[in-house]
Amino acid sequence: MTTTAFTVRADRALADPQLKLAIERTTGTARTKRAAAVAAWPEFAAARMLGKDIKDHVIAHLGHYLAEFERNALASGAKVHWARNAREACDIVVSICRDAGARSVTRAKSMLGEEIGLPHALADAGIERVETDLAEHIIQLAGDPPSHIVWPALHKTREQVGELFRAHHRDPGAMATVEAMVASARRHLRGRFMAADVGISGANFLIADSGAVCTVTNEGNAELTTTPPRVHIVTAGIEKLVPSTAHAMSLLRLLVRSATGAELTQYTTFHRGPKRAGDPDGPSEFHIVLVDNGRTRMLTDGLADMLRCLRCGACLNHCVVFRQIGGHAYGGTYPGPMGAVLTPVLDGLPLSQDLPRACTLNGQCQEVCPVAIPLPTLLRGWRDRSWREGLEPVSVRGFLGIWRFLVLHPALYRLATAAALPAMRLFGRGGWIGWMPLAGGWTRHRDLPQPSGRSFMAQTRNRKPSA
Amino acid sequence: MSSAAADAPRVGLFVTCLVDSIRPSIGFAAIALLEAAGCRVDIPRRQTCCGQPALNSGDRDGAASIAQHTIALLEPYDHVVVPSGSCAATIRVHYPELFEPGTAWHARAVSVANRTYELLSYLSDIRRWVPEGVGMAAIATYHDSCSGLRELGIEAQPRRLLAGVAGLSLRKLEGSDTCCGFGGTFCVKYPAISNAIVEEKAAHIEAAGADILLGGDLGCLMNMAGKLHRQGSRVRAYHAAEVLAGMAGGPAIGG
Repeated sequence: MTTTAFTVRADRALADPQLKLAIERTTGTARTKRAAAVAAWPEFAAARMLGKDIKDHVIAHLGHYLAEFERNALASGAKVHWARNAREACDIVVSICRDAGARSVTRAKSMLGEEIGLPHALADAGIERVETDLAEHIIQLAGDPPSHIVWPALHKTREQVGELFRAHHRDPGAMATVEAMVASARRHLRGRFMAADVGISGANFLIADSGAVCTVTNEGNAELTTTPPRVHIVTAGIEKLVPSTAHAMSLLRLLVRSATGAELTQYTTFHRGPKRAGDPDGPSEFHIVLVDNGRTRMLTDGLADMLRCLRCGACLNHCVVFRQIGGHAYGGTYPGPMGAVLTPVLDGLPLSQDLPRACTLNGQCQEVCPVAIPLPTLLRGWRDRSWREGLEPVSVRGFLGIWRFLVLHPALYRLATAAALPAMRLFGRGGWIGWMPLAGGWTRHRDLPQPSGRSFMAQTRNRKPSA
Repeated sequence: MSSAAADAPRVGLFVTCLVDSIRPSIGFAAIALLEAAGCRVDIPRRQTCCGQPALNSGDRDGAASIAQHTIALLEPYDHVVVPSGSCAATIRVHYPELFEPGTAWHARAVSVANRTYELLSYLSDIRRWVPEGVGMAAIATYHDSCSGLRELGIEAQPRRLLAGVAGLSLRKLEGSDTCCGFGGTFCVKYPAISNAIVEEKAAHIEAAGADILLGGDLGCLMNMAGKLHRQGSRVRAYHAAEVLAGMAGGPAIGG
């Protein structure tokens, strides 16, 4: 039990009853709807294995599909940029915005954009950023980072959103219903959609055999972000590749059911190249920024399985830790089980070593993952590395060292047990221990059963094997 | 207990460190059940802990040396039986992962792993045992501990066995397949988070309206029972083996 930046953030989250309410409302609904969607899909298990195989195949042939995608994207009239890291990616986006003389950009929700720090890069470049996803709009007004990869404003209750809109919207009207709040946001955002010089989106899939980019949203904001402005910029991680549209459709079925329990999102759009002669609308420039940012290193660091991730959020919604502390406590771009695997890649293990440890290894994340990522195994991998690199606190190493010595020396182990059990019993009352030295982590919150007497091994010392 | 037939399997009972120290009655219940199911039971004398704290803390070398110690003492038996899903899964699933495939230790780990079973699933799946003449007039609810559930597929077996206990009715526990927040060293490394999780679990247990809480893992049971007791709940907790062996007449976990 050590106090770290993570435990401080977690304690703050645990002390916030509004946060707990907000998390439970959204993740509870998500769990119920996902379970219903999976139950109504007899082929789910087979589809899940197909999804896993599609992603594994692409990851095993990443170079081939990247080259194919680039070739077809260029043929469609798009410009393709390669970024090794977050800084290069942001520099490319900012320079495209500057070349376009952009003062204002609209942005459709993209976790990769968050990962590379694009909001900050745009602010530093003096470019106005308008978040168009409703939840992203909420957190932009609040000045918060996202707390969930599908519902960035998960940490806000609808009551808190109402207050925020009343304070920031020009024409908030009555905030009595969710519909009224959405209408207020629509009035606030509509003009800005049309006024933007550049629209920036992420990608759910990059289609290799056509050079198209697929986005899924429920609000249609990606379409309004990418169509009216003169320039459309896509930022995407290289793991978003799929061979063809058919493969994207297979994965979409898994992604959407796992995320929201719906069969399909309201909008599924394939964007391919800039506006052609005769097209009534569309951007005149179409840029695709392909971002590595640690992904190729994951291939060689035993984390290739993680590159299958579709960013559906099911592992967050089902994680007992995430459900108690929410996303901000994790301290990285990505929270929950998938975030606990990815954050050490992005921020380094020393800064994020708590995340793989703050997990009960209960396995529910892996069970609900639509592409069967062995998240507990990957988290164990980080713990192993943490131990090897000496990041585990000295107190824990020392305790485990003594404990291991005893475990390997049964006679001493028996002696230690024979000494410890009567000592423990001294602290007991009515079968329970309410406080005991060295057991504060346990007894602060719950009672400890008093050992019932001599150890099992002591009691059975003279027992003969059954006949 | 009934004397075993000549072809009865020789079972090594790995009792687990928690049962050894905190609640030996679960070990005695396991002996009684295994003998009733026609096994010859032996208690390997050099057993201590399966090594989970090292394994889950990332100390692979430490875990491997504990695994070697444990494998050597379990090898002589036809079957190894463990009254805990998570300790059984450590031996069955994780021991082989600690050694390089192709090495002698890997082969020994795999051989022991393939013969290691969690108690309740062993009784039901392997021994096809059903309780006879066991009764307990109580309303119970059952928590599925995660390792047993997801690493070993234990879900129907305890319920099947408990259905044979006269007078015992089993009520559904909402979120019975959701972690209780124990997580081994997790609960003392991150006590506040663990507490928030077990608070929710305790609320579900209370809402089930049962007199007793049953499970197959003492660690999780201690966590849940400890929280329930701190909150002044009247729900008492037992390991399912104690009920099946007709040994739940005495004090519950913690009394």
